[in-house]
Amino acid sequence: MLDFINRIFGRESSSSKNVAKERLRLVLVHDRAGVSPELLESLKADLINVISNYMEIDKDGLEVSLDSSENQVALVANIPVKKMKRKFQTESA
Amino acid sequence: MGEVIVVTSGKGGVGKTTTSANLGAGLASAGSRVCLIDADIGLRNLDVVMGLENRIVYDLVDVTSGNCSFRKALIKDKRFDNLFLMPAAQTKDKTAVNPAQMEALCSEIKDDFDYVLIDCPAGIEQGFRNAIAGADQAVVVTTPEVSAVRDADRIIGLLEKEDLREPKLIVNRMRHQMVKHGDMMSIDDIIEILAIDLLGVVPEDELVVVSTNRGEMVVLNNNSKSGQAYRNIVRRIRGEDVPMMNLEDSGLFDKIRRIIGLK
Repeated sequence: MLDFINRIFGRESSSSKNVAKERLRLVLVHDRAGVSPELLESLKADLINVISNYMEIDKDGLEVSLDSSENQVALVANIPVKKMKRKFQTESA
Repeated sequence: MGEVIVVTSGKGGVGKTTTSANLGAGLASAGSRVCLIDADIGLRNLDVVMGLENRIVYDLVDVTSGNCSFRKALIKDKRFDNLFLMPAAQTKDKTAVNPAQMEALCSEIKDDFDYVLIDCPAGIEQGFRNAIAGADQAVVVTTPEVSAVRDADRIIGLLEKEDLREPKLIVNRMRHQMVKHGDMMSIDDIIEILAIDLLGVVPEDELVVVSTNRGEMVVLNNNSKSGQAYRNIVRRIRGEDVPMMNLEDSGLFDKIRRIIGLK
């Protein structure tokens, strides 16, 4: 019934074809890049190791994903920084 | 020298064999010399779809293994003198042929024909490798469903890796009413996702089943929409510029318009 009402008011976002399109878009990002969830986990672990040399980060809050827009796939990493390492700061100063 | 076109899809059941048979018959009725090769070894079906199942003596594996010449294995169609079928072997499996043999066979056959159409098996393993080995061009068949589009995307990637650049897309079993209600992906949606050129759109049509039941091809039925869609694709393959068919009608008004020749 809700579907029907939405359709009358032209709310296309609820239509099943948009759900199909969105799901396809996401699954194809992974298919095309040939990236498995295991590979992403391994990449995440390596990123943590490297970045931890320079700053203290929130390991649990770290998110790595592949994103697609305009025919391009981007690796998007959201890495919450807790604090910079003083030792590195003084060394570089 | 003719052109070798492979009809492929990745997913099974989207209409590769039906498409191959209809394009073959359509091209033949337009005057081209056509050879269809059923590359689905072990699961041959193109013969039965074309109504030629009682005429098979030799098959593809007999030819590639050197038991007989390709001309001897070709079956002439009942309706057209310029349409031939190379049936798949039914008792062997896909490992009975290798890509090098298929490539050699295709380059031999295409001297005698304008078009050689290869009906590819589902999947991405050796059957697929065999089917694409000798091809100059590829046609990817899909339906407006997530599974078929996903597999088409994978196949397009594999074709491009094998240097079959710019494959063309046929969207099969399109249901305009569902698209209109937002319950089926439209042609534009599919093209946007797959980013390849569209060769044609075939509407869902019960007449396809009826024709196949009888071993006939719907492309030869002048009163069917899917037949019209296949005829348009045939003309595009032969180099004509044909606008995409309007799938919107099927109402009484449109039927009348068609009958009195306004369409």
